[in-house]
Amino acid sequence: MKKEEIPQDSGALAKVTKEICYAVDESGNYGTALSNGWHVKASALDVAWDDVHQRIRSARQRVLDKDASPLLYYMELHVMDIPIIAGYTGFWKWQVKRHLRYAVFEKLSESHLKKYADLFEVSIQNLKNIKSNEA
Amino acid sequence: MKLDFQHKQAAHCENGVTTSLLRHHGVNQITEPLAFGIGSGLFFVYIPFMKINNGPAIAFRTQPGLIFKRTCKALNIPVERKKFRSAAEAEKVLMECLQAGQPVGCQVGVYYLTYFPKEYRFHFNAHNLIVYGKEEDNYLISDPVMEMATSLSSYELERVRFAKGAFAPHGQLYYPKEQRVVTDDQVRKAIRTGIKRNVRDMLHIPGNIAGIRGIRYTAKKIRMWRDKLGPQKAGSYLAQLVRMQEEIGTGGGGFRFIYGAFLQEAHAYQPLDQLLEISLLFTQSGDVWRSAAVQAAGIYKGRLGSQADFDTMSDFLLTAADIEKRAFVALSKIKWSS
Repeated sequence: MKKEEIPQDSGALAKVTKEICYAVDESGNYGTALSNGWHVKASALDVAWDDVHQRIRSARQRVLDKDASPLLYYMELHVMDIPIIAGYTGFWKWQVKRHLRYAVFEKLSESHLKKYADLFEVSIQNLKNIKSNEA
Repeated sequence: MKLDFQHKQAAHCENGVTTSLLRHHGVNQITEPLAFGIGSGLFFVYIPFMKINNGPAIAFRTQPGLIFKRTCKALNIPVERKKFRSAAEAEKVLMECLQAGQPVGCQVGVYYLTYFPKEYRFHFNAHNLIVYGKEEDNYLISDPVMEMATSLSSYELERVRFAKGAFAPHGQLYYPKEQRVVTDDQVRKAIRTGIKRNVRDMLHIPGNIAGIRGIRYTAKKIRMWRDKLGPQKAGSYLAQLVRMQEEIGTGGGGFRFIYGAFLQEAHAYQPLDQLLEISLLFTQSGDVWRSAAVQAAGIYKGRLGSQADFDTMSDFLLTAADIEKRAFVALSKIKWSS
């Protein structure tokens, strides 16, 4: 990449910082220069978030249909997966997996629910009722 | 308390932390490309049975932590590295280091990293930054991807140091244990070691998912993605490939350019003209990776999408693999004078 080819499209990071790129000058010597971002990267990030939002929507529908517990919705909302939730809450992975079932989640004790509520930074009431989380 | 420490921006977080910490310890020769090359940072691996954020697990760099470890070892600088069970203990040790005048490298997760833009905050746990002081409740942070130094409250720092999930940092901190003078001769030897190790990693690693063979393997897979996954998911997979390739913290295409820069800097220590010629090959390869990213963007934005477009994408990777193979074979044939 030549210095003058360094992309300068404004990306999400541009609000906070420019990035350093290594590129060659006219005589072929490497040096650094700053980039504002690249549309190719920005759109890759957009695709990733579109996927996340898609997953949140479908999780929400499943919870409303009582096909999955609100835990699934919050898991997708926070871009987490079962191992990550297990890590933060201290539950075993198989427990988290079980709590994803609607009927099981309904019967969870306050202390169990509180761990999830703390992780997702919501009240227990809002944890049980995902509609409270509507933007 | 604020240590006398110079924040310096870098293209990649671990290179940046390594460079800044070593410079702080009086290793004036070290630059980001040298740290990357001596630490044999260039790599490629595609792990087929693993998923990251529901997409393919691809890395363009060596395992987190290795660049620092290898670079320090090659320059004969002893390293302290600690993990913790308890957050209180982790903060106590951090404070002791700061009080002893020692800036500290920390491995952190980015999901709760408050100064990052929201769009970048996935559960990625192998980010690195330096803590170089504390003022009231705020730790002073030198994050190599940021232009300016920044800060985190003690709660925020604890949260990112104890992020959970894959590569969980467990409060990990690390720093060079003592001040040592490094001679140019040591740097010369370290460069040779770094290059030889990188040749081994890219050409001779067993199996077909890593090194040059890993790139070819990925190329083969991409050809099948369209039929196997359907256009939507194949697009998401390609977007993930591009993010792993180009984003901060992971680098990729950019790593090829850093390696090119490394070989040019190596030439100052090892005056062998092949190094400059091989540097050109890495520039070429980096450019091919960039063209591949443009092609991928065409697909995930929906502008392209036929099987021929996936084949073109795959061919870009094969071209990059060929160029890098030539480059590493040439590196392996170098007759080192010292």
